Amino acid sequence: MSRAISFIRTFALWDLLKGLNVTGRNFFKKSVTINYPEEKTPQSHRFRGLHALRRYPNGEERCIACKLCEAVCPALAITIESDVSEDGTRRTTRYDIDLFKCIYCGFCEEACPVDAIVETRIHEYHMEAPGENIMTKDKLLAVGDKYDAMISADKAADAPYR
Amino acid sequence: MSDDIVNIEVDGEPVEAKKGQMVIEATDKIGAYIPRFCYHEKLSIAANCRMCLIEAEMGGRPAPKPLPACATPVAEGMKVFTRSPKAIAAQKATMEFLLINHPLDCPICDQGGECELQDLAMGYGRDISRYNDGKRVVKDKDIGPLVSTDMTRCIHCTRCVRFGEEIAGMPELGTTERGENMKIGTYIEKAVDHELSANIIDLCPVGALNNKPYRYSARAWEMTQMATVSPHDCVGTNIYAHVLRGTVKRIVPRDNESINEAWIADRDRFSYEAIYADDRLMTPRVKESGEWRELDWEEALQQAAEALKGAGENSAILASPSSTIEEAHLAVQLADHLGTSNIDHRVGRRDFADQDNDPVFPSLGCDVADIESQGAILVAGSNLRREAPILAHRVRKAALAGAKISFANSIEHDYFFDVATSLSGAGLVELLSGVAVAASDGKSLPASVNRLCDGVSASDDQKAIAASLADADDALVLLGTIAARHGAFSAVRALASAIAELTGAKLGFVSEGANSAGAHLAGLLPHRAQGGGARDNAGKHAGDVLDGALDAIVLVNVEPDADLHAVEDAVAKLEKQVFVVALTPYVSDALLEACDLLLPIGTAFETSGTYVNAAGTWQSFPGVANPVGEARPAWKVLRVLGNLVDAPGFEYVTSEDVRDEIQSQLGEVAADNAYKGTAAITKPNGEDAPSAEIDVPLYSVDSIVRRARALQLTVEARRAAGDTGEAQGEAA
Repeated sequence: MSRAISFIRTFALWDLLKGLNVTGRNFFKKSVTINYPEEKTPQSHRFRGLHALRRYPNGEERCIACKLCEAVCPALAITIESDVSEDGTRRTTRYDIDLFKCIYCGFCEEACPVDAIVETRIHEYHMEAPGENIMTKDKLLAVGDKYDAMISADKAADAPYR
Repeated sequence: MSDDIVNIEVDGEPVEAKKGQMVIEATDKIGAYIPRFCYHEKLSIAANCRMCLIEAEMGGRPAPKPLPACATPVAEGMKVFTRSPKAIAAQKATMEFLLINHPLDCPICDQGGECELQDLAMGYGRDISRYNDGKRVVKDKDIGPLVSTDMTRCIHCTRCVRFGEEIAGMPELGTTERGENMKIGTYIEKAVDHELSANIIDLCPVGALNNKPYRYSARAWEMTQMATVSPHDCVGTNIYAHVLRGTVKRIVPRDNESINEAWIADRDRFSYEAIYADDRLMTPRVKESGEWRELDWEEALQQAAEALKGAGENSAILASPSSTIEEAHLAVQLADHLGTSNIDHRVGRRDFADQDNDPVFPSLGCDVADIESQGAILVAGSNLRREAPILAHRVRKAALAGAKISFANSIEHDYFFDVATSLSGAGLVELLSGVAVAASDGKSLPASVNRLCDGVSASDDQKAIAASLADADDALVLLGTIAARHGAFSAVRALASAIAELTGAKLGFVSEGANSAGAHLAGLLPHRAQGGGARDNAGKHAGDVLDGALDAIVLVNVEPDADLHAVEDAVAKLEKQVFVVALTPYVSDALLEACDLLLPIGTAFETSGTYVNAAGTWQSFPGVANPVGEARPAWKVLRVLGNLVDAPGFEYVTSEDVRDEIQSQLGEVAADNAYKGTAAITKPNGEDAPSAEIDVPLYSVDSIVRRARALQLTVEARRAAGDTGEAQGEAA
């Protein structure tokens, strides 16, 4: 009996029609793929991407060289050297993050008492030469300056949950 | 059971305590921790922080209020509850009050991570402050180049105040006003200037007093703590170097009750800055027809070896008295192979006439800790506070315990205790001969001092000193480095030993450098071999050696201008020699002028080695800092030089190999300062004039200290530079 049904189905193209049913249903559904990079998927304001060092609105560096991020970093990606600055405050003379070592866990951001080091939503970056994986203090501050509006907005969006 | 023991109960456990002890001492002994800020075992009890409040019960009746454990003496049958709800509540309340005015700047505070307040706030503090009003702000003070102040952080434990009064003897810090307005300060604006004053950095439980040169340069948790020994005086102060990525960031004391207790001198603490001085010699350099050229190690060592080989027995080695015993041993072997006996480390000495009667090694005459149990001490020819601050502290402790301390020196120095008698205003020989005459009262003087004491009569002061030494059960005559540098050292030493012999006192030497004892033992002497044995062919000593014409001279960490101050025109004399090789961590104008080849060696912080301190204790230490530039440890340089001149036995791989070899060759050498000479020493002719020049200032003792930036900024260093008319250089 089952052999007979199988025989009829084979010639009635039943399986093909079943497949076409799936195709047909999805053909008229809204597409889930996007045209990257023209189109982007939505991102959480908590996305942890490239690091940045922030400044206060008056241009003063936030970082006070407390080295808590260096201490908490599980990948030992952060290297800091500090000294007394010209105005007598505690400042870093070197702040390096090795992006190859970094595991983007966000602990540095959590440890920072002054919200100086942050992980931005930038994730589309690349290196072309050896050594570019080291984010120096200047590079980190430049990222912070460039994306200050985004970082501030993200911080504000997250504030109610802290 | 003796009467001295009382039985108490701590948290239900029976504990035996000594009568008169405070509760906190008894609980510390069994490891029951009571939080505290103002209590310190080396200081008197103030009981003003109130953090150590505990609950106590006596004969079934509980004390009405919590008691401070640091100021409550134990009593028979006392029951102490350190962790009862009432005790914890009292401690938490105290903490809340302390935190009212303490700023929340832990992230930028250098004490962060090693702060007693921070640690205890974790256990006893609240999550959130209930205090909403303004916090107290106190203006920072400038108390000199060594200690930074952030007085807002002060919790008024007064440890620093008590340190000044009780340990330094010089109350530099004090409190003004009371209650919330209480402030710690120097009353009038001045720098803390005592040679031990920077110990207040370690005493301060918070970040109010901190290390100024170290300020903001590292965090406590990221540094490696390495045990080492201070290279600046004969005490062998135990220190820890805190090292971050191969760089020494700071020095802190390493407790050693038998040597330095919990203290270190400022010199020991801040000299590390000189490792990174601007005038470090980074690569070997050679002078070729008047022009200096940098060259690599291989070529430099070849040149040095060729010069030494060519010179053979017509060569000489002068080493610093702060060379490690390994360096001394290798230098001696190198000289032996070359066939020369012109080796010496006594670069500051002027009178070598009686050197055959030197002890095998100059020792303190007793252990460092035993100084404080002496009944009478005569310190002669010494600026003790500057020569060995830790010894001066021990002597002060002896004085406070009732010992009669006398001084004999051309110039009177300040000591912060009641000095029994102080002789000054004349030459050392004149001062001491009177004491010897007074001590001989009825007995015959030793032959050696017969002529010195001929016709001398003792003054009342001199009689008092002799009597104090004779009356005491334990007495000590200490000869300092001013005596050792004295133009008539033979006479001074003979007199001091005569005084010691006649009064039954011990004779001790405060020797120059960190390792005079070790250099003596290694035989880094022209007239003695290892362990004090005689040399077949006595060579020229440091005072004479430059007068001759030599084909090669090796200077090991000796600066011709600053270290060879006993030799007139040392730089000019060196310049005339055929070939001068200097193993030196630093480069200076004098070295450039005097030498032909400069080999960079590490400072004492960059080399492993062993120092034998004045009590005869061998203390080995590792190299703590990465070598700067091309510098190499001196013992390695000497070892390779030995290989290149084909000296046998230079197969050492580590400095421990060298140490083990000399240790096994020496065996046990007992310290014996007894003077064996019998020949009468004649009165010095004009050499006994009181002279300030032979005193080396506190912060000029060796090449490292001279370049320590913060130390050179101190009042002490600037005053010394002004007095002697030296260029102030960096200090200005």
